[in-house]
Amino acid sequence: MSHRIPGKGLIDRSRPLRFSFDGRRYEGFQGDTLASALLANGVRLVGRSFKYHRPRGVLTAGPEEPNALVEVLEGKQKTPNVRATVQELYNGLEAQSQNRWPNLRFDVMAVNDRFAPFLSAGFYYKTFMWPRGFWERVYEPAIRRAAGLGALSGLNDDGGYEKAHAFCDLLVIGAGPAGLMAALVAGRAGADVILADEDARMGGRLLADQPEVGGAPGPHWVADVLAELGALPNVHLMARTTVTGAYDGGTFGALERSGLHLADPGELPRECFWRIVAKRTILAAGALERPIAHPANDRPGVMMASAVQSYVARYGVDPGRVVVFGNNDRALQAARDLTAQGVRVVGYVDPRDDVSVLEEFPVYPGGQVVDTRGRLGLRDVAVRHAGGVSILTAETLALSGGWNPSLHLACHLGGRPEWDERIAAFVPRAGMVPGMSVAGAARGRFSTAACLADGRAVAGAVLTDLGLAVPDVALPGAEDRPYAIAPFWAVDAGGRAWLDFANDVTLKDVQQAAREGFSSVEHMKRYTTQGMAPDQGKSSNVAALAVLADATGQGIAATGTTTFRPPYSPVSIGAMGAGGRGMGFAPRRLMTSDSQTRAMGAPMIEAGLWYRPSYFPRAGETTWRQACDREVSMVRGAVGVCDVSTLGKIDVQGLDAARFLDFVYTNRMSSLKPGRVRYGLMLREDGHVMDDGTCARLAEDHFVITTTTAAAGPVMRHLDFVQQAFCSDWALRFTSVTEQWAQFALAGPKARDLLNKTLEAPVNANEFPFMSCGPARVLGVDGRIFRISFSGELGYEIAVPARFGAALFERLVREAEAMGGGAYGMEALNVLRLEKGFITHAEIHGRVTAFDIGMQGMVSAKKDCIGKAASQRAGLAGPEREQLVGLMPVDPQAELSAGAHLYNENDPATRVNNQGYVTSVGYSPTLKSWLALGFLKDGRARHGEIVRLDDGLRGRRVACRVVHPVFHDPQGEKLRD
Amino acid sequence: MRISCPCCGTRDRREFTYYGAADYLSRPAPDAAASAWDDYLHLRDNPAGETRDLWYHDPCGSWLVVTRDTVSHAVLGAEGLT
Repeated sequence: MSHRIPGKGLIDRSRPLRFSFDGRRYEGFQGDTLASALLANGVRLVGRSFKYHRPRGVLTAGPEEPNALVEVLEGKQKTPNVRATVQELYNGLEAQSQNRWPNLRFDVMAVNDRFAPFLSAGFYYKTFMWPRGFWERVYEPAIRRAAGLGALSGLNDDGGYEKAHAFCDLLVIGAGPAGLMAALVAGRAGADVILADEDARMGGRLLADQPEVGGAPGPHWVADVLAELGALPNVHLMARTTVTGAYDGGTFGALERSGLHLADPGELPRECFWRIVAKRTILAAGALERPIAHPANDRPGVMMASAVQSYVARYGVDPGRVVVFGNNDRALQAARDLTAQGVRVVGYVDPRDDVSVLEEFPVYPGGQVVDTRGRLGLRDVAVRHAGGVSILTAETLALSGGWNPSLHLACHLGGRPEWDERIAAFVPRAGMVPGMSVAGAARGRFSTAACLADGRAVAGAVLTDLGLAVPDVALPGAEDRPYAIAPFWAVDAGGRAWLDFANDVTLKDVQQAAREGFSSVEHMKRYTTQGMAPDQGKSSNVAALAVLADATGQGIAATGTTTFRPPYSPVSIGAMGAGGRGMGFAPRRLMTSDSQTRAMGAPMIEAGLWYRPSYFPRAGETTWRQACDREVSMVRGAVGVCDVSTLGKIDVQGLDAARFLDFVYTNRMSSLKPGRVRYGLMLREDGHVMDDGTCARLAEDHFVITTTTAAAGPVMRHLDFVQQAFCSDWALRFTSVTEQWAQFALAGPKARDLLNKTLEAPVNANEFPFMSCGPARVLGVDGRIFRISFSGELGYEIAVPARFGAALFERLVREAEAMGGGAYGMEALNVLRLEKGFITHAEIHGRVTAFDIGMQGMVSAKKDCIGKAASQRAGLAGPEREQLVGLMPVDPQAELSAGAHLYNENDPATRVNNQGYVTSVGYSPTLKSWLALGFLKDGRARHGEIVRLDDGLRGRRVACRVVHPVFHDPQGEKLRD
Repeated sequence: MRISCPCCGTRDRREFTYYGAADYLSRPAPDAAASAWDDYLHLRDNPAGETRDLWYHDPCGSWLVVTRDTVSHAVLGAEGLT
């Protein structure tokens, strides 16, 4: 049966849309919301309440909706807790009710409602305390099943989401009369304006109340203004966009529902999360009507008076017979407007005694609604008045307890609003958010004329502030009725009266909270869960704190509000995290050898943002260990090739370059001869090791230093700091060249043979000794060679401009394979350096000193350097320190664990017995044994001792011999070969 | 939060990396007393109000002293070190 009023509303009756709710098929029109379409089909019951599973209907016509939360289905996907009052109808929309079983009309869990006397505020806290272990295993799962709202599909959300940024001179939030007027004035002034409104259609209450503006119906004036704004290149209109949060520096978050209103969104994302940076903002978000807590006020059919007006005027929905219960002049006006539109108002109930009775409908001055009836929908309303109690038969009860300015965004930076007795509501104070002005109903100016005037005036002030000329914009005429209100929050007539519909908080719950000592508004909120549902108490918080203020006798102004925090309305995590899924999570840095490496079947591992090969599998190898062992042996016996381009490379030039490097490295670099390389250690100013690497002097005033892969960024930042803070007048410049050079390590006894296959002028052992560097022509390209080694074998690194990297790598691997070698990956690189006792950030993890790693001798006594003073303080050197050692298991095949702790052989594994820990482990095919590096108290004095490696996590206990950390070729003869 | 980089203009704080108090600029002499180094490295005021700290603008490599208010979060100014 249709509940449409013929010819009424802003819906497009030429475009019918089919949709389903709980599997039943219905029809609505373009321009409907799901809520209006359901109401037009006579569907009043749309959900079950959170705790008591009471039947609930649509309460509002906007984003503040507490009741009508549904699941929207898209194939196997579903979106829970969608507000039916916000979801626009599209053809084929499928929705279902939530928090009910087996169905909406008969819900087993409604038995909770019978136990309501036991389920009052604090019930869970008081009841489920004992036995302690029961909370996690029994109580919480049971409560979670019984309570709650919509459910997730359990599938990954593959929907499209986007993020975007916008900048403007003026952000106008809300496109009602005040916001439109402000945007018009600023738009004509030439300011860059963004006008954002959460509704699909701009106009605010002008679309619902439809007062005359400038002699025409409200929607006509709205259309004219939007047409002008739309034609201005400096004005950007953002409908369906909820500004969700105000942040520092004029930054706002906003959620645009880009494609959620379309059957086929095509290229559009579902939602887009905007960051808007505005020089100035005008908050013109209007006001929200608040209900009155009276007994049984939660029945389907009980609605906000303004919502009834919206459904009639904007959507053409017939509300049936209507009782209006209000305490203010706008409620009375709503009854008049509804009557004028042909709606049967069967009673106007107002607790004020002096209310006008000369109306076209019965008026009950001094009246209160004391009860309602109707199992799954309102049937009649009990009104107590001077003449006794009358039962009025009605399908709709329209409530109006007054209006709360939508000041949420003005409070997001911690500002507290002030109580305005005149309108019995909180209003924003000036300057709560820097750069934000508030206009219209959002600051308590409720008539249409006042909103229009305020929008113009506030925009004028903002334009002046921005240094723009204020254009002369005429004010259209509009209603300017006064707004008189007598504060009235609740009818205390026995029975349950609901304050927070979404979280099932009643008048008694709040009164009980006050009685039990939870009399601060923040405590009351947490004790009762008032305002903690998805609607965040938009329509209920003020009434609840008024009831609290009454119970404590403190008064509302002194009681104050709870803290307003973003987001203003729910934002899907998918939108906030847009672009961050899968590969979008972090940028990828790929080596020039990447495609060939992958083509060779190497599994890639992440090293910071880089992707590096773990190992290069060959036919017949079934485990990574087989490949790793083979690659290690290949390097020790022939030659291996490894892409080391990920190491940070910093080019340092200038007359003072050497002086600068002396200052940032512990050791002296100024004594390095051109053409030579030196290992270098950097400390943090607090005396701990920051990074290590090589420093190559290409010319008197030209160095290239390397950093570890992980520390490339931090080291660059550090060098910038040292230079800008302490030696900005020195003659030097430096820049990162990590991306500009592809660099490959050649390691193994045949490394020189391999190198010479690429050089126009071959090198020999003596003329280019260990730790040499210099320019070289590499296969016709100007490159550089360095005789350095991270493997302990004869080693070289070749660097060429990055654009030649892929070709060089391909050539080197091919040549190496012909020589019995090949490419090696990170696993082998790690074993090679471990055998040689070379450290990585596993060892220099931020808490070790130069002393700890045995490099105290590298801190030059002859010069100052960053970290030197602190490195010499007491406690950073000495036998009490844990020092770098090598560990070899007594049984060579006993597997070791990194992260395990070290104990004296017979000590229990307790904290006080701890002797140290293991940082790196690996199996050495060279030594046919597991090896580890670790830190041991006074370790250098304990070589030869047996300690116990204890890995409690894996139940692994291994006796290990403490040895010098260099396991392989301790004299370094191979390097100098 | 937005910071005005003297090189690049007003930019989002995501482009900046925080380091610490501007005290780091007053490096003691190498032979200063241990207490001076302790002050320099470890002792910091925790003001409710104006504070000066060091931020690095990653895209241009500039270190800045940013003056800001820890109560209102207002950024009051930013200047380069050189």
